[in-house]
Amino acid sequence: MSSILDRLKSAAPFMNPRVAVRFGGSRAEQPVDPVVRDLVAALSSDRVRIDGAERALLSHDASVFDGGVAGPVCFPTTTAEVQAVMEVALRHGRSIVPRGAGTGLAGGAIPLGAPIVVVVTKMNRILEVDLDNRVAWVEPGVVNLDLTKQLRPLGFHFAPDPSSQQVCTIGGNVANNSGGPHCLAYGVTDAHVVAIEVVLASGETVLLGGLGPQDHGLDLRGAFIGSEGTLGIATKVAVRLTKNPPEVRTLLLSFASVRDAANTVSAVIAAGIVPAAMEVMDQRITIAVENFVKAGYPLDAAAVLLAEVEGLADGVEIDAKQIEAIGRDHHATEVRLAQSEEERALLWKGRKTAFGAVAQIKPDYYLHDTVVPRSALADVLEQIYDIADRHDLIVMNVFHAGDGNLHPLLLFDRRIEGELDRVHAAGAEILTASLDAGGVLSGEHGIGVEKQQYMDRLFTSDDLDHQNRLRHAFDPSCRTNPGKVLPMGHSCADIQALRSVPRDVWG
Amino acid sequence: MSEAPEKTSEAPKGRVVLEVTDPVLLDFAREVGSEGPVAVEGRRTRWDLGGSLDEGVRLVNAPAGIVDYRPEEMTVQVRAGTLVSELDAVLAAAGQRAALTSRGGTVGGVVAVGRDHRDVLGRGTLRDSVLQVRYVSAEGRMVTGGGPVVKNVSGFNLPKLMVGSLGTLGCLAELVLRTNPMPAVSRWLRADGVSPFDVYDRLFDPSSVLWNGSSVWVHLEGHEADVESEERRLQAIAAFVAVGHGPDLPSERWTMAPSDLRNLDSEATGSFVASVGVGRVWAKNPQPFPVTDPVTTMLADRLKANFDPTGRLNPGRRP
Repeated sequence: MSSILDRLKSAAPFMNPRVAVRFGGSRAEQPVDPVVRDLVAALSSDRVRIDGAERALLSHDASVFDGGVAGPVCFPTTTAEVQAVMEVALRHGRSIVPRGAGTGLAGGAIPLGAPIVVVVTKMNRILEVDLDNRVAWVEPGVVNLDLTKQLRPLGFHFAPDPSSQQVCTIGGNVANNSGGPHCLAYGVTDAHVVAIEVVLASGETVLLGGLGPQDHGLDLRGAFIGSEGTLGIATKVAVRLTKNPPEVRTLLLSFASVRDAANTVSAVIAAGIVPAAMEVMDQRITIAVENFVKAGYPLDAAAVLLAEVEGLADGVEIDAKQIEAIGRDHHATEVRLAQSEEERALLWKGRKTAFGAVAQIKPDYYLHDTVVPRSALADVLEQIYDIADRHDLIVMNVFHAGDGNLHPLLLFDRRIEGELDRVHAAGAEILTASLDAGGVLSGEHGIGVEKQQYMDRLFTSDDLDHQNRLRHAFDPSCRTNPGKVLPMGHSCADIQALRSVPRDVWG
Repeated sequence: MSEAPEKTSEAPKGRVVLEVTDPVLLDFAREVGSEGPVAVEGRRTRWDLGGSLDEGVRLVNAPAGIVDYRPEEMTVQVRAGTLVSELDAVLAAAGQRAALTSRGGTVGGVVAVGRDHRDVLGRGTLRDSVLQVRYVSAEGRMVTGGGPVVKNVSGFNLPKLMVGSLGTLGCLAELVLRTNPMPAVSRWLRADGVSPFDVYDRLFDPSSVLWNGSSVWVHLEGHEADVESEERRLQAIAAFVAVGHGPDLPSERWTMAPSDLRNLDSEATGSFVASVGVGRVWAKNPQPFPVTDPVTTMLADRLKANFDPTGRLNPGRRP
């Protein structure tokens, strides 16, 4: 099945830049899209942008995918304004794509078919911290780390901590059901969001979920989280506050082989210990990171395991000792306990900036994301190194080992002809290896446009049909982020939505 | 334990990974079929929930048996008709447990009802523990949603939709559930005349703080040393005494924001036990049915219409 991007590229007219639109229509022959006037009326002229630079920027996200074309770009500041934008879209039969910080790696925020791009980054207020209910009500544009920084002094934090947490938004976390290293013990975003105010494609606003246990009705909140912006736009989010642990221990274990590190992770889980985080980095990425942050990572180890245990003092001590013992049983060459908060912070800084660190080696990287059963980690990693070798690519592995969530990082230089093609070919083989090991397509990045064409390797057509039924209940005409997640054959209304733009207007 | 089906992970290249091959599940799909009203009977432990079943509805039962249990993965694949007590026994033998409440029902029944365990603070929510669902659709087709691993964002979240749907969107056939290590120590403590809200705020991670208006019960679980240090913390607040178990729970369930427990109207609830920090209240009297907002109702109606166009699944009931 060909990808939506391929199909769009062949549907040339509205994908090819032809006429630049300038607001105000200084040249009479330019077709000015009437949707722009209505959007300006709904917001204000400074918060509706149609200039080429802004639109070019928002045609991409952090993924490698090209082919997006942004229509008018809106910056609403309130729920009422989001509603007004949705009503304009509805009136003109146009599609919309919600957008946070654009840090997604699966192309979920790439605008397909020149939709109205609704950027929520100006909706960035923490509305209320309700300690009695242990929730905070926030707007979708609040940055993940900013929220945690506000909560820490109160004794709480927001548990999901994706590597992009310095810039990614809570709205984006909801859309992608984001994870992060500490989701091993605490769970991903859907365990930490109790209620969401959503504006539907119809322009109607609805509150999904609530503060108490849900006894009546379907779990629409749960269905919305992770839907990659296809079911509506989140305008307020009630996030659960997690108590800061009284005690934290961070261990750095070094190994002479990646297999030993992976087997240690499986053995820790099998021993009944659920650490807060268990992250593995192979030698290549460890060296790159060490050059970058000087965290004191060992350069001679084939793999390092960063394990963190949190909780009450005694249990933390017991678990840390047991992890050390299991590591030594699996031939750990060194076990180091972070001696200070500074050392701990530095080790984590190394882990979280890993992706930036690789720029020293190659200008571009492609970060994959699959999940395998924990016991299959070592075998699948071996296959991944083989696959990269066969495609003459450098692969580095840095991953949420405790969850079995692999993140092979393929390095390339897009200026070298054919290199990105080799990256895609290797990626496809990595996905196949993960699926064949009993895994799934994505652990935290989502499907977006990246993995739609693989959905029918994981799911039957009946399964995909039911996913589409869920989607259609929220947005029967598929105008919200069309062309994502489901393969085209399973979502016919998407094709309609992708073709709703007047030709030649939005190049 | 039933005979295990062919494992999907050994699928030859090119085959759909989550395609159902278990003949027991395929037989169940044929039994549900595609015509006429049908409902899953289970053990009828929550039979009157969500309205009464229309007359003349054909009753079926989901197959039973644990298909694949991997303690080292902290997951279990179990057919929906399995008794929770049977599952619990198998998990306990490997030092693990799940987030399901055991009150005589089946695994599928508990998931269809969707209510959390009393110790939800310690065990996690039922919703978060359901990793993969398999159900028979209104058209008699086997459908899989989610995936068999502990972390997964591959596509729309059908498992979340099925939990608590009361069998009105599909007939649950099989589940993959997250399991967790059994804590080393489990201890109940009780004290009178102490604020349950103070107790809850002072503890790091109690499994339950229950309150009946006069007494407070605390359920501590974890490493022995941690349980003891938390117990010392409690003793500093009030004279807590060890008790064998928690309070008996009245049969009706109320739900509210945790902060609303401070102003609980005990005349309305009758005798009650409230779960502090959760907002669950078990009470003598039933909670007045909440008013649902019209947009929520519209979404629920559309989901029902999309998943069960002829209204044949569990007719008469509404989650």
